[in-house]
Amino acid sequence: MDAIVLQILNGLDKGGAYALIALGLTLTFGTLGVVNFAHGALFMLGAFCAVSFNKLISLEQVILDATQKTAWGTALEVRTPYVEVWLGDVGTALLNYSVPLSILFTIPVMLIFGVIMERGLIKHFYNRPHADQILVTFGLAIVLQEIIKHYFGANPIPQVAPDIVAGSANIGLWIGLGDSVVYPWWRLVYFAFSAIVIFGVFAFLQFTTFGMVVRAGMRDREMVSLLGINIERRFTIIFGLAAIVAGMAGAMYTPILPPDYHMGMDFLVLSFVVVVVGGMGSLGGAVAAGFLLGVLQSFASMNEIKSIIPGIDQIIIYLVAVVILLTLPRGLMGRKGVMED
Amino acid sequence: MFGTSSRADWLLLIAFSAFVLAAPVILKPFGAAYPDLLQKFAIYGIFAIGFNILFGLTGYLSFGHAAFLGVGSYASVWMFKLFTMNVIPAVLFSIVIAGLFALMIGFVSLRRSGIYFSILTLAFAQMSYNLAYSVLTPITNGETGLQVRQLVPADRAADYVFVLRDEDLRWVDQALGVVEEGIPITNLFGMKMSGYPGFYFCAVLLIICFFIAMRISRSNFGMVLKAIKSNQNRLSYTGVNTRPYLLTAFVISGMYAGLAGALLAVTDPLAGAERMQWTASGEVVLMTILGGAGTLLGPVLGAGIIKYFENIFSSINDTVLENVFSFLPTTLQDMSVAVTGMFVGEGWHLTLGLMFMIIVIFLPGGLMQGLTHLLGSFKRKFSNTAASTDSPG
Amino acid sequence: MSGSKRKFTRRSALKTGAAAGAALAAPMIFIRSAQAAYCNAPKGSTVTLGFNVPQTGAYADEGADELRAYKLAVKHLNGGGDGGMLNTFKPSVLKGNGILGKKVAFVTGDTQTKSDAARASAKRMIEKDGAVMITGGSSSGVAIATQGLCQEAGVIFMAGLTHSNDTTGKDKRRNGFRHFFNAYMSGAALGPVLEKEYGKQRRAYHLTADYTWGWTQEESMKNTTEALGWKTSKTVKTPVGAGDFSQYITPVLNSGADVLILNHYGKDMINSLTQAVQFGLRDKQVNGKNFEIVVPLFSRLMAQGAGEAIKGILGSTNWNWSLQDEASKAFVKSFGAEYGAPPSMAAHTCYVQALLYANACEMAGTFSPAQVVKSLEGFKFDGMGNGPTEYRASDHQCFKDVLVVRGNQNPTSQFDLLEVVEVTPRSQVEYDPSIFGGNLGPVNAKSC
Repeated sequence: MDAIVLQILNGLDKGGAYALIALGLTLTFGTLGVVNFAHGALFMLGAFCAVSFNKLISLEQVILDATQKTAWGTALEVRTPYVEVWLGDVGTALLNYSVPLSILFTIPVMLIFGVIMERGLIKHFYNRPHADQILVTFGLAIVLQEIIKHYFGANPIPQVAPDIVAGSANIGLWIGLGDSVVYPWWRLVYFAFSAIVIFGVFAFLQFTTFGMVVRAGMRDREMVSLLGINIERRFTIIFGLAAIVAGMAGAMYTPILPPDYHMGMDFLVLSFVVVVVGGMGSLGGAVAAGFLLGVLQSFASMNEIKSIIPGIDQIIIYLVAVVILLTLPRGLMGRKGVMED
Repeated sequence: MFGTSSRADWLLLIAFSAFVLAAPVILKPFGAAYPDLLQKFAIYGIFAIGFNILFGLTGYLSFGHAAFLGVGSYASVWMFKLFTMNVIPAVLFSIVIAGLFALMIGFVSLRRSGIYFSILTLAFAQMSYNLAYSVLTPITNGETGLQVRQLVPADRAADYVFVLRDEDLRWVDQALGVVEEGIPITNLFGMKMSGYPGFYFCAVLLIICFFIAMRISRSNFGMVLKAIKSNQNRLSYTGVNTRPYLLTAFVISGMYAGLAGALLAVTDPLAGAERMQWTASGEVVLMTILGGAGTLLGPVLGAGIIKYFENIFSSINDTVLENVFSFLPTTLQDMSVAVTGMFVGEGWHLTLGLMFMIIVIFLPGGLMQGLTHLLGSFKRKFSNTAASTDSPG
Repeated sequence: MSGSKRKFTRRSALKTGAAAGAALAAPMIFIRSAQAAYCNAPKGSTVTLGFNVPQTGAYADEGADELRAYKLAVKHLNGGGDGGMLNTFKPSVLKGNGILGKKVAFVTGDTQTKSDAARASAKRMIEKDGAVMITGGSSSGVAIATQGLCQEAGVIFMAGLTHSNDTTGKDKRRNGFRHFFNAYMSGAALGPVLEKEYGKQRRAYHLTADYTWGWTQEESMKNTTEALGWKTSKTVKTPVGAGDFSQYITPVLNSGADVLILNHYGKDMINSLTQAVQFGLRDKQVNGKNFEIVVPLFSRLMAQGAGEAIKGILGSTNWNWSLQDEASKAFVKSFGAEYGAPPSMAAHTCYVQALLYANACEMAGTFSPAQVVKSLEGFKFDGMGNGPTEYRASDHQCFKDVLVVRGNQNPTSQFDLLEVVEVTPRSQVEYDPSIFGGNLGPVNAKSC
């Protein structure tokens, strides 16, 4: 029982990450009709927004201590972050909260980046074949990750969650399972965060005029533009929104997975699988598929299951994708005619 | 099944063959004239031509073609291990196995179209890769890759106390009394298949594959495939069942991939799981789009360019650059080395990414389209000037 | 008129070029086979070495550090710089005038940490650039693939970072040599320290990367710990590159195990360790004992990626820059002065390999693989940072002391991440070469 509860938590946590990435991807698919292979790179850029923010606020005062020497004979550098020098304890606390605070930094950066990317590049590819879209966005993804590699190196860069959520929550006691069910606070925070973002995006599309137009655009783009609505500007905003969601998902994920320049590519294939299993053009489907695949992946990794089917945890995601796509022609909630040609 | 070829096609084939066979001389100034890279050009050329038969003609984008490449390689190496180092049985066996594998995957995947088809093929290839890397290690030798090994010592051969992936049998070679010292290399009836002979073997197969692809493209079968790309619905309404055509195209292109995999093993008898990873599938997609999907020469050109970058650009280091810029004053030299250094050596990926973007932005439809435009404008210019001189004015 | 003239010149230029190319290409083959008795025998005043390291992919930083070490080694071999370990290496016949009087030149390539790419890159060095020795790599799959290739081609392979038993076990080759230690030695070296630190009554839970290296590492650790009297609670395979390991870590919580052994390397190690610590494993008490985590193979570069999580964790390493023997100090000083950071263990093993190869050539008086192999086999040396070391003739594995290290609790700089807990003497990590099978086969010194 404990094991199952824990695996459900793992699955929800993983599913939250999958759903967040897939959400942005399906937005660009559904509204703009663009296959964006650079979406993983946006996730990675978000993570590196958190890293840069941390680097920025932990800029260090370097004092050369001539009394101590390094092993190769130069004076030892003593480093103290400027915020600590200037703000004392407040500075230390700031440093400690760098990951959640970096969200404030990530949102504008990703918005600007998304808008520039859409205006400067993606816009010109709306009427081009998917093959061209794949090539150009894949090229962009490589360029982005090489730039990050040039400045940050190839090694992962660890980020720490604030001390207050560094430990584990005793979930077992809350739900009456004894004290054997513990779960890291930060992962709970991440799950809550993804739920909030998902609901936020849904509410935005459901209850605003803007969202209504976008949803109409997802159903029938031609009709909407025939009605004289400036769909172009909305596309830009939608792309910016997708970039923000991917970026935030990346930034908040950094304490769980130390980010490196390649993490976007690692998530790219997976996010496509999630979106397609959910069904093209369906936001709800993407979210549902994210959680479904997350939970199934967790269960497939259990020893009890692996002993029956060896290697099942290696292929579970793809196996589920195949089964779903063969039984439901357009994934969980896909609509007819989207990306089928 | 094969249509007739026009005179232009024959000329194209002859020019292509001449270029391929003379590649060791032609590519010398580019630093690409050494056996391994030439072999890779030919092999990935075959892979991309085959991929183009599916994607270029029908528009069905398979994102799992590397699976067939990998299966072809494994099949070949097993032939080397069990029967003979002669490459003919290995190549034939690989094509058959890859074809069967493609038949199974294609049968299932082609029930869907568009991106759903792409994800199905991707899923099958990723499952193959993940399993080959881990639980299928007894067959694939996992991370290390399946290799040709020394023979099982005669005293143990009778007891079957060996693990086949570690020690080989080579029944046919043994029956023929072939003596082996150390680990043998592949041969074509005694001619070794590494180095230049290996390249010419691949080159001849590339030309044959090119010819077949050309005939397919010009045949009635090819016309149906192209019709599927332009409007599948209309075709279905006219009573044509498109599934068999699609499946045939899928299997043919899978066999091409199997042949390419076999040739990788022929020129270098090792088969690794990473050949089946999605990045490998993505690579052939990029090759085809880069060169120009649907064109005959485009995929070969795209394959050549990507392999050239991977092997030559990645090898340029600061020392090489310093020599190149040695004619400049020191400060300028350092600056030039620092700037160009970002794009070569460890930065070769950056150049590749930039090239993808630039080509697709400025040459929609890939390099071949760009070349055709270029040639077209030359022709037009030429005929314009001719016309203006002819006109009395 | 002018148009036709231009056309004519261009065509004739092409013709001449092609003819010259053909003329050059044809006799080259004959010259080579006629003059050289072995592959890529150096002609002229330079000898070319091939440095094949990962420059893209997950191990790019490690590869960059290896390349720095190689460049430093070339500099020292050619008589530049302060000489580094050239001054401490004995018995050495290196003179600082290149190798056999020929200046050392080098070519580089990108393995991408993929067997195919590594072999393509090595082939380029052999076929095009005329490299007489290939060295480098940062994973066992790549090392074994490249070693096999070098055997076929008839050049020497000096392995870089490769830790699998197979490299000098099942897959050993006459033309290949490894200075780095292996999974068996990690297990054997960790054993006594684990006993001293954690006692004899422990239950271990293994998480293992699901590929060849992971399996051999798990096997070695299992054998060692069970010999101490530990129980093995469970061994679980994890997919390579899993990213999030939470689904494998939660079952550890209530398994009754009190030690978690992470048979992971690289990004997998960073992720699984970071997450295991997040799950509070290190704050746990099981069976009245503190829960402990062990990472059998450590590297400082990887420790950087794990950040805080690495503190206090035990593991083994081939070499660490904090060592205080003369050789290590000389190397760190030389490397640090050149690049502003201390060398990693990958850099160390690569530097040593380059020097060992050069010395073997000097001893043999030729670059011919047949003689070089002979002078390396059974070669005993000292002053390379690992104490007295021997290249065992029967499997081409270096035998030397192994370091057991612990993640530093109070690092004094961003590089000071590991502290040496114990230097396990060579005698404790030695084994009978026959236990891993394999066959060196004959030396390949054919012309190519």
